[in-house]
Amino acid sequence: MSAADIFVDLLAGRREAATLAPRDWDGVIGVARAEAMLATLAHRLEDAALPPPVAALFADQRAAAKVATAQALWEAEMARRALAPEGIEFVLLKGAAYAAAGLSCSVGRQIGDLDILVLALDIRRAENALLNAGWEWVRSDPYDDHYYRAHMHELPPMIHKARDRMIDVHHTILPRTHRITPDALALVSDAVAVDGGHAVLCPADMTVHCAAHMLADGDLQGGLRNLWDFHCLTRDFAAADTGFWDRLDARADLHGLRAALRRAARLARDLYGSVLPSGWNGQDSGDRWYRRRLLARDDWGRVTHPLLEQAFYIRSHWLRMPPMMLAKHLWTKWRKRK
Amino acid sequence: MKYVSRIAVGPVQFRIGSEWREPVAALDRLYAAYPRDDARPADATVRLFAARPWRRWLRPSVHIGGDFVVPDALPLPLSMGLLAAEMAMNLQVALGWRRHLLLHASAVARDGRALIMSGQSGSGKSTLAALLGEGAWRLMGDEFTLIDLAGGDALAFPRAVSLKNQAIAEVAARVDPARLGPLMTGTPKGDIRHLIPRADAIAAMHQPVRPALLLFPRFGGETAIEPMGEGEAFVRLTEASTNYVALGEAGFAALTRLVREVPAFGISYPDSAAGIALAEQLWAEATQ
Repeated sequence: MSAADIFVDLLAGRREAATLAPRDWDGVIGVARAEAMLATLAHRLEDAALPPPVAALFADQRAAAKVATAQALWEAEMARRALAPEGIEFVLLKGAAYAAAGLSCSVGRQIGDLDILVLALDIRRAENALLNAGWEWVRSDPYDDHYYRAHMHELPPMIHKARDRMIDVHHTILPRTHRITPDALALVSDAVAVDGGHAVLCPADMTVHCAAHMLADGDLQGGLRNLWDFHCLTRDFAAADTGFWDRLDARADLHGLRAALRRAARLARDLYGSVLPSGWNGQDSGDRWYRRRLLARDDWGRVTHPLLEQAFYIRSHWLRMPPMMLAKHLWTKWRKRK
Repeated sequence: MKYVSRIAVGPVQFRIGSEWREPVAALDRLYAAYPRDDARPADATVRLFAARPWRRWLRPSVHIGGDFVVPDALPLPLSMGLLAAEMAMNLQVALGWRRHLLLHASAVARDGRALIMSGQSGSGKSTLAALLGEGAWRLMGDEFTLIDLAGGDALAFPRAVSLKNQAIAEVAARVDPARLGPLMTGTPKGDIRHLIPRADAIAAMHQPVRPALLLFPRFGGETAIEPMGEGEAFVRLTEASTNYVALGEAGFAALTRLVREVPAFGISYPDSAAGIALAEQLWAEATQ
């Protein structure tokens, strides 16, 4: 059994921590670190019987994650103070949203950049307000800048000059050139308020976005973490609302993301033991490639199937833009490398 | 990974994997006298690897990685594999350690109290610590000093001392040659040779000590002592810490306490003898 399998089993609760040999922990911790989920695992196993060095390391991780979450929420507050006076409404996405809403997946979850969503018509004003409040462009390459503005679903990344933290300002959740076009207006207009004066996507949209981010946009880097988010979100939302799964299906249809949603649900069931309603419990022969990609780490945290990783990378670009445009994009990128 | 070793330095258990035998063999020799517990799970993982498979043999070049990878870290030739291992171990601790406030500083201890020396590369903090550690002091470490977040004690990280350039001859003249590693010339950091700490320093590496004196040495120029205010010492140590920001309020509290409780001085000195004399003088004043 690989370290990645053991890691997933521990998170899913299929395996007791006490059954691991002392040396198994190196691989499990290596995989968890590579997936940026060590603090998530540390919380999951907070009450488990652990070897003392592992218990001490996990306590460090829990304490550090608490600080990191507070810092990420502070960054969200800084964005609010920059945008609110201009009358620009925005919605928190991903890690910061989970933390602001106090969702269970946010406990110990690493939060990278601050991701926010604004209406497309507000994007220029949002950009100016952030520049005036101390954010600045990360890169000044004209092609990249043009590429972001013409084709992407977000502004080029900005970084705050004093706090050294990045912000990604989105106007929708998939690239403009993607084969699928979600209903961005519905995302913003149905957003819900949470404590701290922030807004987050409504439960169904938040879940659909989680699946879309993992399966329709990216190359499955960090996929185990996104899938864990998905597992926790669906479990908690379904427990609070018996009609959640139906609402989720309807919302995914609205955004054109039912296939991504259903695949995410099957993968969460297969890896983390998510309990799905009848009608969702099918099999798909393509899923095994996703499972293999998600678990492709050895006990040093290294990717074990480089060709599969490459295939998913190419797939992510294939979904993002039409073939001719992709060819032109890769040609430009390749020439710039030289 | 093909070659693996496990080394404990202070509170950190390392797992080191390498695609070549040489760096691991060199590490095992340097750290032979350290306590070893092969069943203990690692706190930090280090990897020494070739960027392309053929670079294992053809002009072998050692990339460093592990739990944390710095994308623009330059590879080193295999002849400097030991330096690559040292840099990789430092990198993992600098980026990953959260249990203590981590200061980029050397430290020595006497009578249960610690002298901590912080400075840039070239300030002489390593050499001073190594030389003091050959005398009446216990070497705590030449690179990192750990500050306990709750209690404020200093903890040792006595890795093999990395002697550079002129310091090599100065220290080599005073120690048993068996305590020196191989000489590596022409590295990006100049000439480098490692010194294995004395047995008493390794035996006592888990004993916490109370910080008693903070020095900010500067090698070169006339002998001078500048008393340093709490504010300046604080700012300098935030810059010398790799995890101050990540620790949040706990890091702030630990650092505030350190600069309030411990006198701090900037010192300039023209040679090691003068530096040691200044350290001894200020120590006597601080601990009387």
